[in-house]
Amino acid sequence: MIVLKSAREIEIMRRAGSVLADVVERLREIVTPGISTLEIDEDVETFIASRGAQPAFKGYRGFPATVCVSINDEVVHGIPSAQRRIKEGDIVGLDLGCIVDGYYADCAFTLPIGEIPADVQRLLDVTRESLERAIAECRRGRRLSDVSHAVQSHVEAHGFSVVRAFVGHGIGRALHEEPQVPNFGEPGRGPELRPGMVLAIEPMVTMGSWEVTILDDGWTAVTRDGSLAAHFEHTIAVTEHGPEVLTRR
Amino acid sequence: MTKEDAIEVEGTVVEPLPNAMFRVELENGHRVLAHVSGKMRMNFIRILPGDRVKVELSPYDLTRGRITYRFK
Repeated sequence: MIVLKSAREIEIMRRAGSVLADVVERLREIVTPGISTLEIDEDVETFIASRGAQPAFKGYRGFPATVCVSINDEVVHGIPSAQRRIKEGDIVGLDLGCIVDGYYADCAFTLPIGEIPADVQRLLDVTRESLERAIAECRRGRRLSDVSHAVQSHVEAHGFSVVRAFVGHGIGRALHEEPQVPNFGEPGRGPELRPGMVLAIEPMVTMGSWEVTILDDGWTAVTRDGSLAAHFEHTIAVTEHGPEVLTRR
Repeated sequence: MTKEDAIEVEGTVVEPLPNAMFRVELENGHRVLAHVSGKMRMNFIRILPGDRVKVELSPYDLTRGRITYRFK
């Protein structure tokens, strides 16, 4: 069952989204070579608390941290660690969630550290563009798989692959609500989108094959072939006037 | 989020119920209420008590399922 949100509920989620938008701005400044991924996590936890919000991931199914930090061939769900430090040339996936008055917001982006090769920059650009194309589909009357297809068609046209093992999701009073939002699929299938639906769309794209493996920590997903991966995500409300991105300033 | 697919398990049909529903005992001993998938109805595959079948369970409601295959 897909829960529609009222204007009042979307207003609360807009506040949760704006906290994350501010965290993203902050991360762009503090994530530099030498910082440990645990330091990043602690900084974000303090910041989110100072804004009167709570971290969404900490404790979710046992996840131990506020931010998922996934570097290079890590796709998603990297666990912050004091030993792991950011290096020049890394691409760092940062996935964040917070709760305001019982409502969730979720977003992610992949940050290049210093100079990166042109083809890696293209991976980041194509992934971000595929999310924008998916967002543009979030309007009344489109079907869910139109969103999925927008991601897949753009990504594969540029020779990259879409990860299959993870999907976007509905979001609201829980971090993960129905429906699941795959980043692949034929257009024109699935439920029709209606004003009041709120979706977290999160393309995960690799330079090699789409297969992933979960490491022994039970969380970190890496590409099976060791290729680099990018991840971008926004929380989007379907409104009468088209898509509204809640996690962007 | 991690993609959640329907869970596939095998079981044995215990009793037929009205509306093409069946009580199925799974390999783990649980008994679930299962209906027959549309594709199996179209191809008119009969299901009798004692048949071994494949059942798809939704992660949301583990007491109900869908019979997707009858083993020969």
